[in-house]
Amino acid sequence: MDFTLVAAQFLNGLQLGVLLFLLAAGLTLVFGIMDCVNLAHGSLYMVGAFVCATVTLATGSFLLGVLAALPATFAIGVLVEVLVIRHLYQRDHLDQVLATFGLILVFDTLVHLIWGPEGLSFPLPQSLNGQVVLPGNVVFPVYRLLIIAGGLAVALAMWIVITRTRTGMLVRAGASNPRLVNALGINIRALFTLVFGAGAALAGLAGLLIAPITEASIGMGNEILIVAFVVIIIGGIGSVRGAFIAAIIVGLIDTLGRSFLDGAMKLVLSNQAAETAAPAVSAMLIYILMAAILYFRPQGLFPPRVR
Amino acid sequence: MRNKLAIALGLTTCLLALAFHPAQGADKVKIGFVTTLTTGAGVIGRDMKDAVDLAVEHIGGKMAGLDVEILYEDDGFKPEIGKQKADKLVKSDDVDFVAGFIWSHVLLASRKSVLDAGKFLISSNAGPSQLAGKLCHENFFSTSWQNDQTPMAMGEVLNRKGVNKLYVMAPNYAAGKNMVAGVERTFAGEVVGKDMTKWGKDAQLDFSAELAKARASGADAIFVFYPGRAGSAFIKQYEQAGLVDEIPLYTVFTVDSISLPLLQKAGLKGVLGSLMTQFWAPDLDFPQNHKFVSAFREKHGRYPSFYAAQSYDTVFFIKSAVEAVDGNLEDMDGMRAAMAAADYPSVRGPYTYGNNHLPIQNFYLRQVAEDEAGNWTTRVVETVYTGHQDSYASECKM
Repeated sequence: MDFTLVAAQFLNGLQLGVLLFLLAAGLTLVFGIMDCVNLAHGSLYMVGAFVCATVTLATGSFLLGVLAALPATFAIGVLVEVLVIRHLYQRDHLDQVLATFGLILVFDTLVHLIWGPEGLSFPLPQSLNGQVVLPGNVVFPVYRLLIIAGGLAVALAMWIVITRTRTGMLVRAGASNPRLVNALGINIRALFTLVFGAGAALAGLAGLLIAPITEASIGMGNEILIVAFVVIIIGGIGSVRGAFIAAIIVGLIDTLGRSFLDGAMKLVLSNQAAETAAPAVSAMLIYILMAAILYFRPQGLFPPRVR
Repeated sequence: MRNKLAIALGLTTCLLALAFHPAQGADKVKIGFVTTLTTGAGVIGRDMKDAVDLAVEHIGGKMAGLDVEILYEDDGFKPEIGKQKADKLVKSDDVDFVAGFIWSHVLLASRKSVLDAGKFLISSNAGPSQLAGKLCHENFFSTSWQNDQTPMAMGEVLNRKGVNKLYVMAPNYAAGKNMVAGVERTFAGEVVGKDMTKWGKDAQLDFSAELAKARASGADAIFVFYPGRAGSAFIKQYEQAGLVDEIPLYTVFTVDSISLPLLQKAGLKGVLGSLMTQFWAPDLDFPQNHKFVSAFREKHGRYPSFYAAQSYDTVFFIKSAVEAVDGNLEDMDGMRAAMAAADYPSVRGPYTYGNNHLPIQNFYLRQVAEDEAGNWTTRVVETVYTGHQDSYASECKM
């Protein structure tokens, strides 16, 4: 098999995985620590993309777009937590699903009202629009390489914050026993709001990173949210480390399946049967993996050690 | 107990609805128009709706002296919802015509509801092979094309350009399969790679893996079918992957006046000069086309897409049928005969219908270019097919 193709597909898979991790990290924290199902997480991904696209188009600078979108999604996340999510922690999951599903509709309609139905597309700066030739003659887009590097840096920063800082310790403590933490004089509510805002900003970051590749469009977050849920189920709900490893696994499986499954199936099936079956099966691969994980290890690959 | 109560209440409501159903007088022509108004594909539905509204305005809101009422329904990009909406239109709204339909899978799911109710079904876009062949029906007409025809014309163009190795990409649904079958039918060279990607509400929009495969395949041209927003996403990534200078792009239904303004805004110059085939173009020289394109641009400040052109035609097409029977909407045979004659001013110029009620028409090669004002649009380069009929007409027993 062609080495350059395998290498390029490996990088493509890694890039998808990193992007999924950014989205799944916030989701798994909110689900694991506050025990709250937040379906509207994908809406913040969409808002991140739209804000970044608007600012980039207005100022001509992608960097300014990024710098505007991150605080904007953080602020919107905080606002959503204070207005809606905070009142849901004590309710059961069905109420949370209903309320956050309502939030999706609200966000989609607001975006439709503000930006119209056609979505926003914006260019990458010339410096990011090119390709690099990596060792082994692998040609790879600069921007996708940047996503991989940026995503890995964020993952490292999160690991440091959660395991090495006082805030991280409080988050972990709040997750295992919120009442006790509260009794020790820590404002657990403010802590939860902070975590929710940070998750929102991470989702916004994922959205603004994908926007120059596809575009900012209504409902873009709802589509990828399903995959993000698959990631946190495989990784173990509440575990950031699990979300990271599961996101990379899912990204690689999805990309490599799309790349090589039809070729592999042609070895055992007729050409036509393989051509028909391969796209369907490759779209299912990550769900098959999730089903297998749920059967053999329902708590996920790396469940958090607390509680 | 509560369940029983709910059922009883539900039944009562249904009966009440039936009892108070307004009496239908033939003082109105009611046209149901099913399209996609939400999701990312909502932008296509908006273009179609704008064109239908414009056409109704241009005919003064009347057909043979009867008022025209258009009922828009949103299929949400889902076959099952499209079918529900078609059911609603024929059962509770009692429309005379059900038109619209962007997506082949939505049209296939909805056809039975409309045809079994004895109404006319008019496709303003989708052209699945099934409805052109074995499932053809006397009350089904199309103002667009059969899916295979446009890519067949493109296969012909690829042969003329001397392309030997082709890489093919399309979404994995009814129309995507037809498009691939169409180009493979006429393309004489070798298809060195093929990707059918996930489609629907959660369609795949990131084509990194596929583009890497295309680069490694050694193809000397790439053919794609990505309607709606997937098209501009594909073209961006095609340019970001640096394939513009390596593998020339040939498209069908991908680069249109919906994606071009977005691509222009994003400064993706790689698309300028790219080639596509189509039955219509904004610069075709027919009086009806001038009227349509200039009025649409004036009203909406953008070029109409081919979706809009077909939808504009749909209204004039129905009008020709209603006027042929002097507004007697009971006269199905008279209206059918009038429609089969295609005796109306179409924006694509005169055409005829085959036995399966799909158009026999010209197909043109178009190229992306700038207009006088610097807007990106498409221009006709040459005529590829004259009076082309689809390949499934012989399977239709009509």
